[in-house]
Amino acid sequence: MREAKKSPVRQIVAHAVLLILSFFCLFFFYILIVNATRSHVDLQKGFSVLPGNALFDNLNSVLSDGTLPVINGIVNSLVVSTLCAVICTYFSSMTAYGIYAYDFKLKKAAFTFIMAILVMPTQVTAMGFLRLITGMGLYDTIWPLVIPSIASPAVFYFMHSYLRSALPISLVEAARIDGCGEFRIFNRIVFPIMKPAIAVQAIFTFVGSWNNYFVPALILQTKKRMTLPILIATLRGADYMNFDMGKVYMLIAIAIVPIVIVYLLLSRFIIEGVTLGGVKE
Amino acid sequence: MENAPLRTEEMPTETRKEVSVMNTRKKIDYSKWGYIFIAPFFICFFIFSLIPLVDTIRYSFFQYYTTGLKEVGPNFTGISNYVELFASDLGKYTWNTFIMWIIGFVPQIIIALILAAWFTDCRLKIHGKGFFKVVIYLPNLIMASAFSMLFFTLFSEVGPINSMMMQLGFFEKPFKFLASVGGSRSLVAIMNFLMWFGNTTIMLMAAIMGISPDIFEAAEIDGCNNTQRFFKITLPLIKPILAYSLITSLIGGLQMFDVPQILTGGKGTPDRTTMTLIMFLNQHLKARNYGMAGALSVYLFIVSGILCAIVYRMMNNESDYGEKKSKKKGERS
Repeated sequence: MREAKKSPVRQIVAHAVLLILSFFCLFFFYILIVNATRSHVDLQKGFSVLPGNALFDNLNSVLSDGTLPVINGIVNSLVVSTLCAVICTYFSSMTAYGIYAYDFKLKKAAFTFIMAILVMPTQVTAMGFLRLITGMGLYDTIWPLVIPSIASPAVFYFMHSYLRSALPISLVEAARIDGCGEFRIFNRIVFPIMKPAIAVQAIFTFVGSWNNYFVPALILQTKKRMTLPILIATLRGADYMNFDMGKVYMLIAIAIVPIVIVYLLLSRFIIEGVTLGGVKE
Repeated sequence: MENAPLRTEEMPTETRKEVSVMNTRKKIDYSKWGYIFIAPFFICFFIFSLIPLVDTIRYSFFQYYTTGLKEVGPNFTGISNYVELFASDLGKYTWNTFIMWIIGFVPQIIIALILAAWFTDCRLKIHGKGFFKVVIYLPNLIMASAFSMLFFTLFSEVGPINSMMMQLGFFEKPFKFLASVGGSRSLVAIMNFLMWFGNTTIMLMAAIMGISPDIFEAAEIDGCNNTQRFFKITLPLIKPILAYSLITSLIGGLQMFDVPQILTGGKGTPDRTTMTLIMFLNQHLKARNYGMAGALSVYLFIVSGILCAIVYRMMNNESDYGEKKSKKKGERS
């Protein structure tokens, strides 16, 4: 019955709009990939839709550039993002569990407080943060990028909503009767139950940290300790015109492509995850 | 005590636990574990956010900066930093941030609404829905600094976009996108649009799918057409999520930094018309002018607080309104 009511005009318009938008989403990445495979001389000649044959030359010149420690950058980015993802998800689930499963005087106050700081822009504390880090002797190290992720209100909120729907308190009580300690309950029973939520948030935290630019740019000064976004920012220097453009495109591709590949592999899971912890009425 | 097992049935889970604790005769108070579990969060927040925040506010009242190797201050100077801040180009930068946010946000929310309505419309058969969803969400995960570096190279005077436009005959000579106010602001807005419209679409889709299908069916029986259904039913019912998108986007817009910073090399060219508030803050931090950076942070803190309060009030009023309306609709059917 419904098939009969379908209006072909709307359908055509919808598909056209979607195709145009998808084109814009993919077009820039397509040029990026194509240009990363072309040599500097080739790039000077103008635009081309077909890839060149300088992929490995470009890759080689990026990786062997002494002034631009790309390998270090990749390793640093990986280390920082992985540590962030692990620490952030573990402690956020711990906080969420603490507020969800126990009764204590400040329970309500703690929850309200976290909700209130949820929308506070991180940059407003940057000045004091920079001074504090310098005072602690952690300036120009990766720790200031990792440790503060223990307190992530947004991840906490996600975990809390998930716990409310997935963990019956009776399960915790049963474990207690069996003589299980509180930390053991959390690590052995609650944590496995939260696995789906943790996986989603680990991905988002990893990507967020991988892409983060503001704080690392303030804190990291030594080239060998820099993460990828800062290395990319250094490309945008005064002598930009003297750069080998193939190399520039290649470095951008190195920063973007791994995330795209992981995304394509996990896309269904990630897209579902976006709305899992969204606002619920 | 004898009645306790019966009573537990009616109790909310929290109190039920207390009763079961009582039943174990030896009273165990678990509340300390609550504090232990939430301690890391609060300790960490206290050290890495609250202390810096207090420090930032405190130094906003001090003259405290470094020139060359010499450190001046900290000397208490009252509100002189604020006076200096408001005498500087603060208004201009606030306006820049706002204008770049709004020209990205308006198309973003409109397109997202339309797409979400299409994706959730069961009478509109869209082929490759999964593919489109994956593609439009993709730019959201891209490193903003790499993305803007990419735009910088693509739209530069000798970049591929210019050469393509000339090959196709649209331009006679290269257009200097980054030398024109409109061009560079539009590029920033386009990038923000591309990065966020997919995310908003998916949020709104989830909201629309959360609406009870009964309401749509009732409307259909009443002879409601597509446009009416969208404006009279869908839109009022997803107002809370719309407000949520608005507030997250506003706060995100206020924090706009990576894209214009890299695109313009931190200078906000041309003539500081793409300089955002956070870029301004970054300049003060890099110059180690802590007093001014503090004053600017306090300004940002207050602005974000006001924005949240406004949107929060709007959200509460409007969601009440939306619910009332939907109830009426429900009764009528």
